[in-house]
Amino acid sequence: MDESALATTSLRETLVSRATNESSQVKQFEKGTSLWADAWIRLKKNKMAIASLYVLLALITLCVLTPWISPYGYEEQNLNLGAIPPSIAHWFGTDVFGRDLLTRVLYGGRVSLTVGFIATSVALFIGVLWGTISGYLGGRIDIVMMRIVDILYALPFIIFIILLMVVFGRSMLLLFMAIGAVEWLTMARIVRGQVLGIRRQEYIEAALSMGLSTPTILRRHVIPNTLGPVIVYATLTIPQVMLLEAFLSFLGLGIQPPQSSWGLLISYGAETMEDYPWMLIFPGLALSITLFSLNFLGDGLRDALDPKASKD
Amino acid sequence: MALLEVNNLTTRFYTRDGVITAVDDVSFSVDRGEILGIVGESGSGKSVCCYSLLGLVPQPPGKIECGSAMFEGNDLLACGELALRDIRGDDIAMIFQDPMTSLNPFLTVGEQLIEPLIYHRQYSRSEARTRVKELLDEVGIRKAADRFDSYPHEFSGGMRQRVMIAMALINEPKLLIADEPTTALDVTIQAQILGLIAELQKKRDIGVIFISHDLGVVASIADRVLVMKEGQVVETGTTERLFTTPKEEYTRRLIDSIPSGSKPNIMIQTEGSHSSEIIKVHDLHTWFKDRNSVEGEYVKAVNGVSFDIQHGEILGLVGESGSGKSTIGRSLLKLVPVTSGEVIYQGQNLVELLRVQMKPLRRHLQMIFQDPYASLNPRMTVYDALAEPMLYHEVANRKDIGLKVLQLMDDVGLARRYIRKYPHEFSGGQRQRIAIGRSIACKPEFIVADEPVSALDVTIQSQILDLLIELVKDRNLTMLFISHDLSVVRYLCDRTLVMQLGELVEEGDTETIFTSAQMPYTRDLLGAIPQIPGRV
Repeated sequence: MDESALATTSLRETLVSRATNESSQVKQFEKGTSLWADAWIRLKKNKMAIASLYVLLALITLCVLTPWISPYGYEEQNLNLGAIPPSIAHWFGTDVFGRDLLTRVLYGGRVSLTVGFIATSVALFIGVLWGTISGYLGGRIDIVMMRIVDILYALPFIIFIILLMVVFGRSMLLLFMAIGAVEWLTMARIVRGQVLGIRRQEYIEAALSMGLSTPTILRRHVIPNTLGPVIVYATLTIPQVMLLEAFLSFLGLGIQPPQSSWGLLISYGAETMEDYPWMLIFPGLALSITLFSLNFLGDGLRDALDPKASKD
Repeated sequence: MALLEVNNLTTRFYTRDGVITAVDDVSFSVDRGEILGIVGESGSGKSVCCYSLLGLVPQPPGKIECGSAMFEGNDLLACGELALRDIRGDDIAMIFQDPMTSLNPFLTVGEQLIEPLIYHRQYSRSEARTRVKELLDEVGIRKAADRFDSYPHEFSGGMRQRVMIAMALINEPKLLIADEPTTALDVTIQAQILGLIAELQKKRDIGVIFISHDLGVVASIADRVLVMKEGQVVETGTTERLFTTPKEEYTRRLIDSIPSGSKPNIMIQTEGSHSSEIIKVHDLHTWFKDRNSVEGEYVKAVNGVSFDIQHGEILGLVGESGSGKSTIGRSLLKLVPVTSGEVIYQGQNLVELLRVQMKPLRRHLQMIFQDPYASLNPRMTVYDALAEPMLYHEVANRKDIGLKVLQLMDDVGLARRYIRKYPHEFSGGQRQRIAIGRSIACKPEFIVADEPVSALDVTIQSQILDLLIELVKDRNLTMLFISHDLSVVRYLCDRTLVMQLGELVEEGDTETIFTSAQMPYTRDLLGAIPQIPGRV
């Protein structure tokens, strides 16, 4: 647009707005000027992302409420019934012990979703913080911090977990922490790479010339600009974590039967796939729907958090 | 018959946001032995126009709607990709702005130059070598035989551009298209390259299309000039005629926006408070560790510089790239670690202050950066960017910050309705206004402006310069204005410092320096400024 024309319009607008009530104008601008508020407005325009968000919320609500709404218990066996295909009484069918599969999928969801979200949050928190500090401060601190990451990478993960289990006994919380403690490494590397580029931008120098403190610069100028890849990686981490949990449980290091998780249900289902396909299909479906929703939501979030992505 | 005759060329881009007509019904011609200059501001379609001729416009989204371009009896727009490729290599050559991106960093310069001769002209290797060495010699590369086996990164910017010119000339083209070939170069190097292009053009009797945003450059090299705006030809004529008696309003405005002459009402505000320094710099050294050096040598970016900055003045700092002028600006504000020396401000030596002690002073010492695209956080709205310094330094509180931001936007000439917009939604000039607003938000006393207008178009540039003058006057600011553009400095600054290789070469009143420079280096710099006909 023509600069001089802009200057005149700005002058005219100034005069007009001075005449009108200034305080109301100010209030209007103050609302939702943060990146997150703007991102929410933009996210709402993305139908796919919003639909995914609702699907996820519905799934989470269902899983949370299962103990109160389900007519069966997750360990309630009915050996007379055995494995039967989906019916009116058992919508998802039953497993070889005659346990209601729908109930087990929902109970399994409690475990899988909790692992997925908590372990990913742990990974996200440590990884972003570690990567940002390492990349931003640079120099020796960077070298030391990244070597620690390298060493942890080299540790055999399974032995690490077994060790933890032996020392502290088996618990869900420990499982989450163990997984989170492994997953943050990649996150830290991704974030550090981003930060190395951002650190050289002039707006960081501008922030320095304003006299902002390092934590403020990191919080306001560095971390928001790493968000794109972080969110994408986080949505990829959630399914990874869920599968990891299944693997650990399969080895007997995670969830113990009769408790279950999606990963475990799928692995049992896969064994009996030829005889009882529904035992694989339904847990698989639950996992797939969650992953799809997460991916759409992640993409939507990434675009919403990038002011350049949408033109409105 | 003209060498190249373009008629009614129209190129459109079909993007998601609608159809953009980048080139709109443009006609022009170039003769053998003639240099045609195409000038226009960014987005005027001057590059797209030439890229369309050579089939270099990506299609889609681009589409050449109509027109013809007759080159030696062939219509370039109708002859198809294969024929065009032959013409592109043989008869029409191009040079671009950034030579580094056009050269393969993994091959020696000589290797890249002999390739076309061996593959397209069936030269033997030794013949090709001899030919290339002749050419390198011709484009002014000294000791061409030795430089043959050097890699591109071992050449300076100006030398690389010479290599590019040699590469363009290797197949003896009849038409040379130069797209901003000197924009990335220092003014003295620019003068050399312009001289080289003009000389080669005369000697080989070829046609040249010279695209540039810089009217001074075009004026000094072109025989005829074509002025473009928003894809259309505004005016065309011989250089002499166009610059002395422009017919169109837009051309006149372009020419008038070139900063020229001395600063209007110079030093008026300093009369009362003359001789009071705001900042004293004494024996400042800023050295950086040389990353490429094994022995840990230092790059002496600033090497023993002393000067004073007077209250209320605009002090110019000029020099070529690598002279350390930007490092001085950053050293004053402690944005780079200073090796030794003193920067005295308010009785304190800033060099010795700790970060915590610096913080309260920061709001008085501010900076405006060169690239308004990089100096604004892309995820912060105008409101956030302007509010941040005021809230941080507690110049405003949460209650009145909204009003203060709006007032600040008025001061720098940004429409209030843009308060919620993000930087990428603005043009370069508007972004620079935001950046200026941010730097004056806390009512500083001293501002370092590091090439604040060099990324901007000439008409926008003059508006920003006027804004800076106005702010300095109204707010009683002092400014260190760093620039490589001497005419801008002459227009804006009361006094001027000239730097070369980390040291001050000359210092004095701007007019004195421009009219009677003492040092040979300063005179070289001044002599290299492209002259516009009809100007003193």
